[in-house]
Amino acid sequence: MRNDPVVQVCGLVKRYGGKTAVDGLDLVARAGITAVLGPNGAGKTTTVESCEGYCRPDSGTVRVLGLDPVREAAALRPRIGVMLQSGGVYSGARADEMLRHVARLHAHPLDVAALTERLGLGSCGRTPYRRLSGGQQQRLALAMAVVGRPELVFLDEPTAGLDPQARRATWDLVRDLRADGVSVILTTHHMDEAEQLADDVAIIDAGKVVAQGSPEELCRGGAENTLRFSGRPGLDVTSLLKALPADSTAAELTPGSYRVGGKIDPQLLATVTTWCAQHGVMPEKISVERHTLEDVFLELTGKELRG
Amino acid sequence: MSAGTDTPATGGGTYAPRPGAAPLPRMIAAQAALETRMLLRNGEQLLLTVVIPTLLLVLFSAVDIVDTGEGKAVDFLAPGILALAVMSTAFTGQAIATGFERRYGVLKRLAVSPLPRWGLMTAKTLSVLVTEVLQVLLVTVIALALGWSPHGNPLAVLLLLVLGTAAFSGLGLLMAGTLKAEATLAAANLVFLLLLVGGGVVVPLDEFPQAAQDVLGLLPISALSGGLRDVLQHGAGMPWGDLAILAVWAVAGLAAAGKLFRWE
Repeated sequence: MRNDPVVQVCGLVKRYGGKTAVDGLDLVARAGITAVLGPNGAGKTTTVESCEGYCRPDSGTVRVLGLDPVREAAALRPRIGVMLQSGGVYSGARADEMLRHVARLHAHPLDVAALTERLGLGSCGRTPYRRLSGGQQQRLALAMAVVGRPELVFLDEPTAGLDPQARRATWDLVRDLRADGVSVILTTHHMDEAEQLADDVAIIDAGKVVAQGSPEELCRGGAENTLRFSGRPGLDVTSLLKALPADSTAAELTPGSYRVGGKIDPQLLATVTTWCAQHGVMPEKISVERHTLEDVFLELTGKELRG
Repeated sequence: MSAGTDTPATGGGTYAPRPGAAPLPRMIAAQAALETRMLLRNGEQLLLTVVIPTLLLVLFSAVDIVDTGEGKAVDFLAPGILALAVMSTAFTGQAIATGFERRYGVLKRLAVSPLPRWGLMTAKTLSVLVTEVLQVLLVTVIALALGWSPHGNPLAVLLLLVLGTAAFSGLGLLMAGTLKAEATLAAANLVFLLLLVGGGVVVPLDEFPQAAQDVLGLLPISALSGGLRDVLQHGAGMPWGDLAILAVWAVAGLAAAGKLFRWE
């Protein structure tokens, strides 16, 4: 059961007027946390809203927990939790009142007081929604998504506009959800968020999934990782290369600036510094660069992630 | 730590899934209670639904501003104010509230909750009815204190109020579901004002030229105020003509709203 996909999207196409928002998108999400990563306008929200049953695909199929989100909406809705990108609350409703209301629509809701406390909303329980700060509104929306004890939660940019502390609190809750067996689909354009949280990342660009895998797989799959250092110009890179494992590379990029490529691990770093010591070289500005999802994204699409 | 090798635990955790919809009656009751609280908490809504009708009733009963015909002014005014109360809640209040709920994504968020759409609409109707009951009680108490002596068949009054509510709800939801929230706010208030003046609420329709009377008489507010007045002031039987006008508005308005309402 656990490895059945929670979300299965095949060839999804969605157009708004003349604009194609999603263009033949395929996505399989399994239990755990799946991050849908992409720049603004890539089709993240349209994809997620198709899964939530808001829009009927122009073509393709969508299955969520094995159900059609439009035709079998009544069966699906109690099983999912939804956090919209913004809004969703009566402007005059108080935070705890709205959360209690959503809890009342479910058969076995979470303890509302504990949840508000957990998300730091305890102090603003009596405040009307319109007077909450942006961060408080975000956390209330998150609480509304999880209070019904769903199997699967959709979070559309859950940390957009949050300060670092609130962001970490949100991440902690998402991790706890996962630990208790709730699956999470979240959209984000923060690659660190995807790296930190996700078991699986789907990178979306121009309405298509351009890569999918664990953060590690995606980063490994890109260009090789590199080690850079500076030293005096004209070092014998052939000699350095001989000291390194077989599949490594070494080059002087500009006079005095060197790059070593290959499997960068502690052993390789020690080999490089040992070689430097043997040759009386003081390696300055030595740095190990791991490829990030941002690099992978740039490589795949030629675009910056934070568009 | 891919999903395959590090599978999430299931079991007794705080957030362990235990999904399920609450029983329908409980969901609808909770939704209706929330909607009613939102309405009663909103200052502008209270102005429309409580302050203006009460003020008009007291003011026009006490001061002879318009010629209300033979008999006590309050006997003429109370039925009109009851009609106004229905319009203020079912049409103006509901249109403005629903327009802003659409604008702020409340309807969108509720659409993915376990509460079905028809359940939401039922709750809205219940909330309107609860508010109207409170209004009718208030207007009745004040009017009786002002010396009102109502006549007629309570069943006819109830039928008029229900059909009037249906007619105004249809029109209010049609407006809320098709216009922008700000446009709904402006238009709903304007229509309220125009119908207050031209719908036989406090100004008798026979103060208008005959040609205007023929048109104004077909408005839902005129049918409601006229029908209530025939029964409550003159003790008439079933006002079939007015009931028919309200029924036509109700069917047309609700059908158009059902077809054209946009949830986002």
